[in-house]
Amino acid sequence: MRSFRVVIMPKPGVLDAPGQAVERGLDALGYRVEQVRMGKVIELVLPDGADVQEMCSRFLANPLVETWTVEEISLEAAR
Amino acid sequence: MTWGVVFFPGSNCDRDCVHVLRSVLGQRVEEVWHEDRSLDGIDALVLPGGFSYGDYLRSGAIAATAPVMPAVREIAARGAPVLGICNGFQILTEAGLLPGTLLRNASLQFRCHPAWVRVETDQTPFTAGLRPGEVLAMPVAHGEGAYFAPGDQIAALEAAGRVVFRYCDARGRVTPAANPNGSVAGIAGVAGIAPNVVGLMPHPERASEALLGSTDGRRVFECAVAALVGAR
Repeated sequence: MRSFRVVIMPKPGVLDAPGQAVERGLDALGYRVEQVRMGKVIELVLPDGADVQEMCSRFLANPLVETWTVEEISLEAAR
Repeated sequence: MTWGVVFFPGSNCDRDCVHVLRSVLGQRVEEVWHEDRSLDGIDALVLPGGFSYGDYLRSGAIAATAPVMPAVREIAARGAPVLGICNGFQILTEAGLLPGTLLRNASLQFRCHPAWVRVETDQTPFTAGLRPGEVLAMPVAHGEGAYFAPGDQIAALEAAGRVVFRYCDARGRVTPAANPNGSVAGIAGVAGIAPNVVGLMPHPERASEALLGSTDGRRVFECAVAALVGAR
């Protein structure tokens, strides 16, 4: 078994409405913010040989509007 | 002729669609559960609006993996009219049966109000008999309805006449003010590679009785009924 952390982000240029909402919130609290982008984090514990990239491109992310990175993490961290 | 309406957990316009088809249009309707694996005997299908599976991951993404979906692909492939309304539209894009995707509204607000769309093509079963340029009043109710596809895909859709509805004002003018969600080119509805699969964000089932302020939505269903009768 191996564990992975998948970070999914909106592609540059694609409207990131949640990021904008968070930016406005920080702004309302008086913080100076240049840019906020908001994505998602998914942690997976998978059997050996599992195809994380395929899971991302078919389901976890929408390749039209999102990019993703996959990082291996320790099994303990995923539990 | 029998219509199917698919009920996903979290669908909330399912019964409205059944009501319009059954009680307003006098059609035979089967309620299809998302775990059903067969659509035998179904001639036309509606994927209704709502928040299937809580809209987790992305709107429509989980529903696109539902047990019923292989059968949906099958009847779509054999040419049956398939209409995705709102969340149903999102499900069809996630399933790859319709191009593009629906993003969070540019306003960041859930938009729920009367709207107008201009019919852009009569080459689908849901618009056959309508006149391109005709304006239909149908309400919108969504938080994630901004239609998006990369520029080259939009150009290809436009060139192929696969843009079915566009947001407009009451007089049919496509303007930024008439666009409730930031959809590219004001696109409110598109067709698949084969035109029998159509998705749109506005709700024809909420505009099918005079009591509700508009009967324009009924015409979308009536077109498909006429198309099916004509095909027999």
